[in-house]
Amino acid sequence: MRHEESTGYHAVIWREPIIFQLGKEGRRGYRVPQTEEEIKTSIGDVVSRIPGKMRRKAPPKLPELSEPEVVRHYIRLSQQTYGVDSGIHMHGTCTMKYSPKINDALARSPKVADIHPLQDIETVQGILEIFYGLQKWLCELSGMDEFSLQPRGGAHAVFSNAQIIKAYHKLNRELEQRTEIITTVLSHPCNGGAPGAAGFKVVTLYPDEETGYPDIEALKAAISKHTAGLMMTDPYDTGVFDPNILEYIKIVHEAGGLVAIDQANANSVLTRLRIGDLGADLCHFNLHKSFSTPHGSTGPGSAAIGAKKELAEFLPVPIVKHDGKNYYLDYDRPHTIGRVGEFYGVVPNIVRAYAWIMTMGAEGLQEVSEVAVINNNYLIRKLLEVRGVSLPWYKAHPFRLQEGRFSLQKLKEDTGIGIAEVNRRMIDYGLQDMETSHEPWIVPEPFTPEPPETISKEDLDKFVDVLHKITHEAYTNPEIIKTAPHNAAISKIDHTPSADSSKWAMTWRAHLKKMGGNKM
Amino acid sequence: MTHLSFLVQVKLRRSSVPIHQYIPNSNPQSKNEMLKEIGVKSAEDLFADIPERMRFGKKLKLSDPKSEYEVRRHVEATLCKNRTCSELVSFLGAGCWPHYVPAVCDEINSRSEFLTAYAGDPYSDLGRYQALFEFQSMIGELVAMDVVSFPWYDWGSVLGDAARMALMVTQRREILVPRTISPDRLALLRTYLDGQAEIRLINSDSGSGQLNLADLRSKISSKTAAVYVENPTYLGFIETGVEEVAQVAHSEGALFMVGVEPLSLGILTAPGDYGADIVCGEGQPLGLHMYYGGALLGFLACRDEEQLVSSVPHRLITITKTQEKGEWGFTYVLPKRTMFAAREKAKSITGTATALWAITAAVYLSLLGPQGMRELAQVIMEKSHYAMKLLSEIKGLKVPLFDAPHFEEFTVNFDATGKSVQEINMVLLKFGILGGKDLSREFPELGETSLFCVTEVHSKADIEKLAAALREAVQ
Repeated sequence: MRHEESTGYHAVIWREPIIFQLGKEGRRGYRVPQTEEEIKTSIGDVVSRIPGKMRRKAPPKLPELSEPEVVRHYIRLSQQTYGVDSGIHMHGTCTMKYSPKINDALARSPKVADIHPLQDIETVQGILEIFYGLQKWLCELSGMDEFSLQPRGGAHAVFSNAQIIKAYHKLNRELEQRTEIITTVLSHPCNGGAPGAAGFKVVTLYPDEETGYPDIEALKAAISKHTAGLMMTDPYDTGVFDPNILEYIKIVHEAGGLVAIDQANANSVLTRLRIGDLGADLCHFNLHKSFSTPHGSTGPGSAAIGAKKELAEFLPVPIVKHDGKNYYLDYDRPHTIGRVGEFYGVVPNIVRAYAWIMTMGAEGLQEVSEVAVINNNYLIRKLLEVRGVSLPWYKAHPFRLQEGRFSLQKLKEDTGIGIAEVNRRMIDYGLQDMETSHEPWIVPEPFTPEPPETISKEDLDKFVDVLHKITHEAYTNPEIIKTAPHNAAISKIDHTPSADSSKWAMTWRAHLKKMGGNKM
Repeated sequence: MTHLSFLVQVKLRRSSVPIHQYIPNSNPQSKNEMLKEIGVKSAEDLFADIPERMRFGKKLKLSDPKSEYEVRRHVEATLCKNRTCSELVSFLGAGCWPHYVPAVCDEINSRSEFLTAYAGDPYSDLGRYQALFEFQSMIGELVAMDVVSFPWYDWGSVLGDAARMALMVTQRREILVPRTISPDRLALLRTYLDGQAEIRLINSDSGSGQLNLADLRSKISSKTAAVYVENPTYLGFIETGVEEVAQVAHSEGALFMVGVEPLSLGILTAPGDYGADIVCGEGQPLGLHMYYGGALLGFLACRDEEQLVSSVPHRLITITKTQEKGEWGFTYVLPKRTMFAAREKAKSITGTATALWAITAAVYLSLLGPQGMRELAQVIMEKSHYAMKLLSEIKGLKVPLFDAPHFEEFTVNFDATGKSVQEINMVLLKFGILGGKDLSREFPELGETSLFCVTEVHSKADIEKLAAALREAVQ
């Protein structure tokens, strides 16, 4: 029995077994539709047509449960999962905003769920109209000329843009020379990871100590005849907008490179800034961040890439077009990078984002940006009053856009308690833990709370209050934090299997083999 | 409405302050309190970072805000233009298959905790980790492999990353794939391997469609990183010589990769039992609606060897203990190798992928269990074989084109009727039927051929309706 501390919260503890430990031999949770007798008589034993060595000897060792047992098990697991709807959930850079229920209802309509991607085009005009409408709105919001809804997530979108940069230089017969993508370390990791996956060498710029963004001279020094392009995030995860971007774009263009801007942090600048107007050639939005589609326990997300006219011919196929009468899937792009995903995109999220933009309208989107930024700056003022908390680059940027990247370095130095411990203790107070920072940690002991427009002032106050309490504990009773969590569904985890191949088990069958039947 | 609150409403409307239903602090009182605390007069002051000249000063060409009712009405009216596979009778598969989705699957993936969670630690998101570990475990049972990763976007993207794993592990730069591979999946593989490796196609036997072992032997070399096969193939039949393919691949030091449709594994030998090193596939048949091809779920499994595991370019959850007896914990395996930590060194593309669908697949597989999977695979085979039988009796049709065992999809050739697949499908649509996928552009060597899919959702009457309509169409 753990020693729970009274924080006014306790997680549900079910100690739910792994599903393989539940049920009984011979049970089942689903009755398969049967083959009509006439069919059986007509065709006989079809299974025997499979040659013996290809016929499965024993059925897969799946769990054997009845329907009510399966439902109870997964309902319990859902109760031990903390979503945006559950409480204060401000995982930074993820824009954990409320996902309106009406959009879920529309996305689940049989008119969306029960259509096949290869149906005759005249039978799917409705869904294509929604694709087309969303593409147009995203053009309007970004200042780009064409959009593709193909990418399935942010990293996938950045990869698609890296492929476009590659295809562009290949067409100009300069790819052999242009082998480098420049990025900035405060950009999302996929701005390095995806061009790396596309075969580019990645050159990373570091922020200036005073300004929080790279010096223009640093970019100039990185530019060479090898530069294929610049791929970076703006605004950054520090909530700082890099105003050098105009200059960067000019410099990269003069050097013959292309610029792709990661707009995953667009929530705070919707309606106020259009990256296309600033000269970017390519960009992407995350529908699961700025455009309210749910994060689905890490997916499906959905992303969209935008291109200027000159690069539109490189976009992945197909793209939904309208011929004046009908919507259709356009595959006719001679320089396309080809396919980046099967079929056309994450359709339920495309429907949700479409409905969301329609609900908000231009006026609502402006309010999104305004309130998200007010929320964030209010949170910054309040968090800076918490002992041991600092905000790097505060002097240069007292006001931030969507979020701030704070540091607990002082707390760590004073008490030995850092972000890992604080995060575990957050759970005890009934809050979701905080995003630390993508790696490498430029900010020591970082945390990055992002308060989107859908969080109330009262919840922000509560969040700050909890951090006051935890840092107070750090100075007065650090033990309680070191041994946290106390009020969560489980106690401290043994992480050794993480790097020990004799202990790790990614499946139950591997677990049984390695533990020799010792189930606990 | 009381008189007073009416006045307040009128006043707010007059001051034209938008108070939005999704935005708690859009009420003037909260906003003003917060601005005061921040120490600025106006929200505009907070955007100081963005130089004036970079701001978009105009009004966007978007519609005015709408009520939930208006949006619902508009979107539903738009969607009404679609004709669904329940309104029509559909025989389309080819990478997105029609199967019944038990209500429990929709119930669990609609749970708002799963739907709206993201990336919390196991302390806050224990259930999410456990459900995903169970997904990994059940896929492991299906394919008979010990390591299964987090889910991918779709089969094609997981194939691309599996091929990259093979390049990394073998330090070779060539992938051999069968000519019968789905052309879209091949296109995706080309995108993923662009500039990194060469893809070479292995021929098939013309009669049986089976991968031609002689051609494989002539093309494989010490440059080959991996040999890939699909089972069942895109064209619907079963590759039966896979054990030999594994031997040929391994004897040259190449990896053997297999792509699978998971329901077939209720009845087919698991790839882990015929020598596969990496298995990938599409999980959409496991409890996911078709969603116009927009709810796909790629999965990846491999042997439990450190070199392979450390080359998996996506997250892997392992089960572990906690300080308390009786509790399960979960943690990520070698987290430093993923893009989230290693950036460009990780060379990875997959971040937020398809966890909600993976949880759904776990629900589906636990509902069916071993016997349900076995039975479902058999029912699918019976119905598809009945359809093949009826269609093959129609004059002028060749059904199937390949002399091999089939699972749920099969080819129908119309050459002898003098009609194109397109013409046939137009007639079928008049009968309320969506005919098979037209293969004439993807595989011109097969002539006017179409790929039909028949599963447990098709009744005897549906199949007979198709046969009757086809008789009319070929006239």
